[in-house]
Amino acid sequence: MEAVLFYALAAVTLISGVFVVFLRRPIHNVLFMILTMIGLACLFILLHAEFLAMVQIIVYAGAIMVLFLFVIMLLNLDEFVMPPEHRRVRYGIGIVLAMMLVVFLIPTSRSIISSPTAQVVATDSATLTNTEIIARELFTTYLLPFEIASILLLAAIVGTVIIGKRSTK
Amino acid sequence: MLDSYLPVLVILLVSIFIGSAIIVLSTILGKRFPTAIKLMPYECGMDPIGGARRRFSVKFFIIGMLFIVFDIELIFLFPWAKIYDKLMFFGFVEMLLFVVILLAGLIYVWKKGALQWE
Amino acid sequence: MIQIPEVDLSGILPAIILSAAGVVTMVAGLFIKNRAATIGGIISAAAVLLAFAANAPLRAINKVGFVSMVTLDGYTWFFNLLILFALGMTILTSLRYLSDEGMDLYEYFVLLMFAGTGMMFMVSGNHLLTIFIGLETLSISVYVLTGVLSKSSKSSEAALKYLILGAFSSGLFLYGAALLYGASGSLGLPGLAKYFQSGSFSLMGVVGMGLLLVGFAFKVAAVPFHMWTPDVYEGAPSPITGFMSVGVKAAAFAAFVRVFFESLNALQVNWTNILWILAVLTMVLGNLAALIQDNIKRMLAYSSIAHAGYILIGMIAGSPDGVSGILYYLLAYTFTNLGAFGIVTLVGRKGEANVYLDDYRGLSRTHPALAVAMAIFLFSLAGIPPTAGFVGKFTIFSAAIKAGYIWLVIIGVLTSAASVFYYFRVVMKMYMESPDREPERLRFSPSMSLALVISVVIVLYIGIFPTTYLNLASESVRTLF
Repeated sequence: MEAVLFYALAAVTLISGVFVVFLRRPIHNVLFMILTMIGLACLFILLHAEFLAMVQIIVYAGAIMVLFLFVIMLLNLDEFVMPPEHRRVRYGIGIVLAMMLVVFLIPTSRSIISSPTAQVVATDSATLTNTEIIARELFTTYLLPFEIASILLLAAIVGTVIIGKRSTK
Repeated sequence: MLDSYLPVLVILLVSIFIGSAIIVLSTILGKRFPTAIKLMPYECGMDPIGGARRRFSVKFFIIGMLFIVFDIELIFLFPWAKIYDKLMFFGFVEMLLFVVILLAGLIYVWKKGALQWE
Repeated sequence: MIQIPEVDLSGILPAIILSAAGVVTMVAGLFIKNRAATIGGIISAAAVLLAFAANAPLRAINKVGFVSMVTLDGYTWFFNLLILFALGMTILTSLRYLSDEGMDLYEYFVLLMFAGTGMMFMVSGNHLLTIFIGLETLSISVYVLTGVLSKSSKSSEAALKYLILGAFSSGLFLYGAALLYGASGSLGLPGLAKYFQSGSFSLMGVVGMGLLLVGFAFKVAAVPFHMWTPDVYEGAPSPITGFMSVGVKAAAFAAFVRVFFESLNALQVNWTNILWILAVLTMVLGNLAALIQDNIKRMLAYSSIAHAGYILIGMIAGSPDGVSGILYYLLAYTFTNLGAFGIVTLVGRKGEANVYLDDYRGLSRTHPALAVAMAIFLFSLAGIPPTAGFVGKFTIFSAAIKAGYIWLVIIGVLTSAASVFYYFRVVMKMYMESPDREPERLRFSPSMSLALVISVVIVLYIGIFPTTYLNLASESVRTLF
């Protein structure tokens, strides 16, 4: 059952990923990217990582995709079509980079299978839910980075306001 | 463990079914007498002005950015709520500090008028 | 039951003071009707002074804090000091700049304080997560500071370029950290060290190290990851360019050195080879490109790339001498470059109209003291005695010779000889040529004069009497080895 679900979800995620790259209209790309994100979120649920699934939907599929749409509408990218010149070069670079990624990812992902972390997580999750484990770590061990994150967000707020406000004047 | 998602799946299927059923049935069964006014895009009862493809104001973008920031703040609250009874006062102070710092950000945004539309 | 961690704020007090000053300025500025920027600057300057005091006790201790998220030792102390110097000098040079540009922008100081907070966590981080969050806090603040000049499209362009390439490099850093976590099951520097020392590490860990190295190379602007530097340095407001060239670079090098020496020392042979190539490329390309610039900000940008190459030599040497050489070099470079950019700010005048080398013609006649100061900074950048820059280069090169990197040092010496050309071009223009038009008088502000005097005095003082400061540097790196 789980295997079937996994392959179905992986197929949805991958196919929408392909559409993100190959569709012409930016709006369609973004819509398929949302589908990719939702597929990923479902895969996280399949791994019993509910918290990550929720983050994936609330932050990525929700907030960040809204921002993508805003950018497209702000720049009126919907009318934009990639110029036909240099298409060969673009494809060439794309294929070379994709090959490099494959060459680079296969050995690295093969070595993950025997890594020590996989077992550690498995034993913990027997007694606690995923969200609770994350919460315990986040609010005790990672207390300091968590508080610095508030300063990080504050810097982002100030930056948005001074750059954004200026251009509306 | 995945069994607990069964109700979600059921709701999903039911809503997909109802949604598509309404559309399909109304297309098949409904009678159509198209007139020019009926074919106009519906814009809250107003006459449509121009096309839908228009440049958005950068104001939307500011709101979007601020939304992300506070959205991320919210994400941290979920795991905190899960264990805050165990963290006791320590967890309270921890989250209070985080929220107060971002509250200062909210005050800043508000006073700067970044949330104002005009 | 959950173990409540021990919280001891005393160790990170300098960072707390800076961030608190940022928040206070941010809220207070809303309620001040005019001259908010000046008041913001004064609050920030006071915070920097307070942080100096709070930083002092760190020198003597050596411990980890916050569930080993930060290390508090002499190394942290030294870099906190550098960061505070950079912040303080930037505040001094910015005060008049902002009012001249007609910007009552107190957020400028808010972001500067946040950037300082991020830098402090970057240099003290004992865990890749702390380092990364510090790095991002710093980066986001600096992206915005780069683009604050609303009238200049160059500034906005620079900010966008910096944002995109910076985000890209942060992504590489993060990917590297993720792979390291996948391989070792730990992001803490001691945990990583243990994993690599065990000898049986996977390919994933090595690839993670490589990505981390690329991420850091972007941040310190080493060739071939330097593409953003000239445009960003040119477009950013001059005081911020000065801050970026010393503060951001120092913080990035601090984290770079700490991560690579504390946790990846088992792979030292591997990364030393990569750094060797990077250092040579950086020195050669940085210096050659600087030769043909006619904009002083671009010239100093390429010179700052070249200096990253010299600093990398200290890492390659790998000995305590090499690393303490880096610390001394960065100390000298901080004051030299901030002083130089102070003068660039001053000569640039309103709207940064005069940023070309030709604008320095005849400066010795109109403003003799300023020309002398500029000449001292340029001598120090070129590494000519008796300035601090000379001692810095000398220590790094001699450490590299001791470690057996003769060819690297030869390339270093040759390229710094080439660098004398472009530094001297400015000196020649100041002393030998006369301006084509009568320039308007420069308007000195007390804070700017103070900053320049401090820089000149320190560049000369630590150049002539370097022993105390060299000892300080070697004392500070003791915990790394």
